[in-house]
Amino acid sequence: MLEIIQKALVQNGLVAAFALVGLIVLLSGQISRRLTMGRVHGSAIAIMIGLALAYWGGTQTGGHKGLADMSLFGGIGLMGGAMLRDFAIVATAFEVQATEARRAGLIGAVSLLLGTILPFIVGATIAWSFGYSDAVSMTTIGAGAVTYIVGPVTGAAIGASPDVMALSIATGLVKAIFVMVGTPIAARFLALKTPRSAMVFGGLAGTVSGVSAGLAATDRKLVPYGALVATFHTGLGCFMGPSVLFLTTKAIVG
Amino acid sequence: MIIYGTALLAVCHMLGIVLGDLLGHALGVKTNVGGVGIAMLLLIFARLYMAKKAILPRLTEVGVEYWGAMYIPVVVAMAAQQDMVSALRGGPVALLSAAAAVGVCACVIAVINRTEKNPTEGLAATATPANDLLTETE
Repeated sequence: MLEIIQKALVQNGLVAAFALVGLIVLLSGQISRRLTMGRVHGSAIAIMIGLALAYWGGTQTGGHKGLADMSLFGGIGLMGGAMLRDFAIVATAFEVQATEARRAGLIGAVSLLLGTILPFIVGATIAWSFGYSDAVSMTTIGAGAVTYIVGPVTGAAIGASPDVMALSIATGLVKAIFVMVGTPIAARFLALKTPRSAMVFGGLAGTVSGVSAGLAATDRKLVPYGALVATFHTGLGCFMGPSVLFLTTKAIVG
Repeated sequence: MIIYGTALLAVCHMLGIVLGDLLGHALGVKTNVGGVGIAMLLLIFARLYMAKKAILPRLTEVGVEYWGAMYIPVVVAMAAQQDMVSALRGGPVALLSAAAAVGVCACVIAVINRTEKNPTEGLAATATPANDLLTETE
């Protein structure tokens, strides 16, 4: 009996994932309403449950894809993978008002640039203060503070050592998690209310996963504006990391 | 037909990814540059164009809106497959640089967003095209 259920779950991975996520969303909606009196958004709780399950999955399997590494929950990997995530993000563009987006175009681009340079400087400086004082390690860890994809791409391009690469990826992951969990808490401080503010946020906070989850947990209507800018983040970072940022760092620390 | 909407979305998605890859290639970067953003722009323009030509029936719209409404569940699934163990194992360097980067950016966001002229005019005031599939999520 148990075997039959297990086989059904494995063979219908995506469908099982729909059911599981539906259950998580239902549960978090109830928690939001009953335990926090609606003060904490249901989506924020659902994302935190997701992260907790990811941690549990990671400790169970020793893999790198959280819950998705467990064969029973393999469908989560497809449902939350890059393909469906990007498909759903693109679909949210259907709600974008072109006039709003155009009005914030310039400030969006400026924040995108700031969102690449500022985390890089901060990350590289902290790496330096911990003794990673060569230009390659500083650049790689600094790039990891931009996003967890920019870090390894930059590191691979300039020949960083594996442990620095791992550190760089970890930095990016921690940042994404901070943004996911912190955004709904800090929404008032960030003045996240309008499409323009969401675009500024998307440019500066970086990491598509962090921005998309953070905005989803704050105000679903702001998602497309933030995502529109944030999707350029990784590309810009991978462009600037091994070139401008590396050469500048090298010129400074020698 | 509802598939027209989903197909429109899929075509925009694929075109965006291909253009983003081409852009990345042209810039000499090993990654996609803004593919999803380009796809979003394509979809915005497609919607404006089709609405003007009156070839955007409600059912076609629903074919796109369903996926937009599935966004939060997909994000929950995405959260469930983050590499939390590695993230927490990164130690003080990863933790500190991530926290400091997020902190600095948060302050800059707060400053820039306070320069907006009439921030009281929230999104509710601007008539967002309705996605009725979203009413439940608010």
